[in-house]
Amino acid sequence: MATISDQVGALHETPASGSNYLNCDKRIWSWVFTLDHKRIGMMFIVLVTVGLFLGAFFAALIRLELAHPGTTLPFMNHDFYNRVFTLHGAIMIFLFVLPAIPSGIGNFVLPLMLGAKDVAFPRLNLFSLHLFVIGVVFFVLTLLLGGIDTGWTFYAPYSIETHTAVTVALCGAFILGFSSIFSGLNFIVTTHTLRPPGMSWMQLPLMIWALYATAIIQILATPVLAITLLLVIAERVLGVGIFDPALGGDPILYQHFFWFYSHPAVYIMILPAMGIISEVISVHSRKHIFGYKMIAFSSIAIAFLGFLVWGHHMFVSGQSPLLGMIFSLLTFSVAIPSAIKVFNWLATMYKGSIHLTTPMCYALIFIFLFGLGGLTGLFLGALATDIQVHDTSFVVAHFHYQMLGGVGMAFFAGMYHWWPKMTGKMFNDKFGKINAALMFVAFNVTYFPQFIIGSRGMPRRYFDYELLLDKNPEITAYQMVSTAGGLILIATFFGVFINLVMSLFNGKPAPANPWGGATMEWQCTSPPSQHNFDKPPEANDPYDFDDIKYDAKIKGYVTVQ
Amino acid sequence: MISSCLSNSLLLAQEAGNSFWTGRQASTTAAAVDDVFRLIVAVVAIFFAIVVCVMVYFVIRYRHREGVPAEKTATHNTALEIVWSVIPLVIVCVIFYQGFMAYMKMVTIPPNAYEIHVTARTWAWSFTYPEKGATSDELHVPVNQDILLLMRSQDFIHSLSIPNFRVKMDCLPNMYTKTWFQAVETGTYDLYCTEYCGANSDGSEGHATMVTKVHVHERADFDEWLEKAADPVGDRPLHVAGKEFFQTNCSQCHNVNGTAATGPPLNGIYGKTHTMSNGEEVKVDENYLRESVRNPGKRVTSGYETARAMPVFPPATLPEVKLDAIIEYLKTLE
Repeated sequence: MATISDQVGALHETPASGSNYLNCDKRIWSWVFTLDHKRIGMMFIVLVTVGLFLGAFFAALIRLELAHPGTTLPFMNHDFYNRVFTLHGAIMIFLFVLPAIPSGIGNFVLPLMLGAKDVAFPRLNLFSLHLFVIGVVFFVLTLLLGGIDTGWTFYAPYSIETHTAVTVALCGAFILGFSSIFSGLNFIVTTHTLRPPGMSWMQLPLMIWALYATAIIQILATPVLAITLLLVIAERVLGVGIFDPALGGDPILYQHFFWFYSHPAVYIMILPAMGIISEVISVHSRKHIFGYKMIAFSSIAIAFLGFLVWGHHMFVSGQSPLLGMIFSLLTFSVAIPSAIKVFNWLATMYKGSIHLTTPMCYALIFIFLFGLGGLTGLFLGALATDIQVHDTSFVVAHFHYQMLGGVGMAFFAGMYHWWPKMTGKMFNDKFGKINAALMFVAFNVTYFPQFIIGSRGMPRRYFDYELLLDKNPEITAYQMVSTAGGLILIATFFGVFINLVMSLFNGKPAPANPWGGATMEWQCTSPPSQHNFDKPPEANDPYDFDDIKYDAKIKGYVTVQ
Repeated sequence: MISSCLSNSLLLAQEAGNSFWTGRQASTTAAAVDDVFRLIVAVVAIFFAIVVCVMVYFVIRYRHREGVPAEKTATHNTALEIVWSVIPLVIVCVIFYQGFMAYMKMVTIPPNAYEIHVTARTWAWSFTYPEKGATSDELHVPVNQDILLLMRSQDFIHSLSIPNFRVKMDCLPNMYTKTWFQAVETGTYDLYCTEYCGANSDGSEGHATMVTKVHVHERADFDEWLEKAADPVGDRPLHVAGKEFFQTNCSQCHNVNGTAATGPPLNGIYGKTHTMSNGEEVKVDENYLRESVRNPGKRVTSGYETARAMPVFPPATLPEVKLDAIIEYLKTLE
């Protein structure tokens, strides 16, 4: 039987001495035309990071403008503000929240967790990346053409008749949709066909269950959006008359088509995030995940139920009260699997040995913020209260708690958790934790006030609220507080990336398994070689830490036989 | 300033018929909506407190300590998992039911409701009273009376929202939508557009300017208002009515004593020749006066190019009969 030191020697090649996926080929076209899922994942991560900061730039403009009643920024007016909030939403959703975890982190981690060399279709994976880049080009073109002013929801008939660069933007979104569809297809086939011998479905890491459930949604829902966008383009360009009443169309039909994708889309965003949280909480508590089966099945349940609730965006649209009642009832059903996951994560921490590392801090922040945001969904699912808060700041606060407090925090947790594996470097954990704490406080200061002014009536997408101050004079104070929080929040995003990038220059070399994970990606080197594993690892319980012990000599964990 | 605004908001919470979260309860359905709201607040607060307290407790109690490994506990517990699935399921069913019951009250239009027609357009509201043929850009209603709003948009999707009545319904261009309310106290309330509807190309108007007021009157006051709105001139001479309309609509910017204000003085101008900002000479007659009100940006009096632009007064804001009366009034001035 191999000794501990033999295993350490076999598993721990320092990046400086060994060849890995990053340095094995340094030519630029080896990156542009790579078939390596790890390189593709890293390039996606770079692209979505650019998307995050571009979206955050527009967010800063929104918050600065709303800090004061009247026109606050000198160049701002109704029209410009409308473009700013539209671009903020479209860029954040299509270029960050949707792709960041599945196409970025997921691409890197999925084959490694299966002990595989790559995904099932590496060329299709590259194509997903190229399509994404082309979609980004269309978005940049949209910006250069003055942007769009429809809101990211593109409601007809305004989206049909406005003279902004809607057609170009929708072409971009259409192309990005296919990047997502092919990625989903790839992950499903990979999960079915590339599991190592002995790894049954009930031994899959929960990250993979999450990515699998996500992929089902990506394949089934995204084509509906693609067709809808094509129809809008056809109506704008050819005057067909599907949605615009001036041409004989029905604007509510647009809403049904749009939300049929866009509600499942939010589950594309959150399911992989929950997968990350399952991994991080288990590993950093040194404890087997609690309720594995329920977490796995709840991911599938959320994917399925997510297709049945889109009408809760349309309670006041003019759809019938009967339809409203059905959608309200179904909406509550989807709350239950999410609640189950939160309880399972807490039970995982029970009697664990909790290491408050930066990734664990982000996972705890996720539970707080996603938990609160999810609970505020109850106001939106219930018919009577939704009437009051629909299209107000309350909704804006709710979805920011879910998308940024949920998906965003999970993205940061995943980035910190897998950074040593991706780059072979350890980051500054103390800086990471302080930045996380500041992000947590700033987040709540930014968004909680928006619940309150929203339920009192403050509409969303309003350039100015001067006309509201007669009856609600307190709005100014709440907006100012929200802006102060928002600016600090954006600064903490910079904190994450400064921390991670600095580790590339100053960071200590990472061991193969810095956190003591039991999933297979921790058994290859940090960073992995181009082909991942010298020999395929043996299938095991991905949450059994009994044989994984800390070795102070390498400042990492090793598997003891 | 912040503390006074925050204490102001706390004050709002302590007045009678108020909810901290949703504001004044000014309609018959508001209390039911707020009851559902408060039920959900309670559920949210309790579950959130449980989750956060358990999480914080575990993080402290089970933090990593040197030499103390994690304890191997059961990795699942069927009874526990059933309990924490069924209890939330029951709770959300209760919330659904309460929300549904209150909603049914909000969408069941009472018989014999007083009908008012609403037309939404970029970026203003217009309310028409079929009983008398009156039009107004603010919504006037009698207290303690069921009101039915029959709504339509002239262009894009808008949405009529009166937060204090807990009312919200989209206005569509291709069909009518309906909503109803009964106000329980006299007063003035805000009415917002809550479906994004764009802006004009110079950015001076848009979705956020589509705000107006709801005036709830005692029955007698409402009837009086409606008579006036339907027949603003009444029995008096046209120019006498015109003076009143001038004072309401024009006197903030124009006076009639020869001195310049935001806008030029309007006494003794009829029949004179005025110079425009582009040098054009124009005779001040009825057509010029009409154009100045309906399309004020078309020609601006010389010397007032940099003054604040005169707002447009379309027929919904200033009906034809009022415009006629104002012109008559101006013709009497020296």
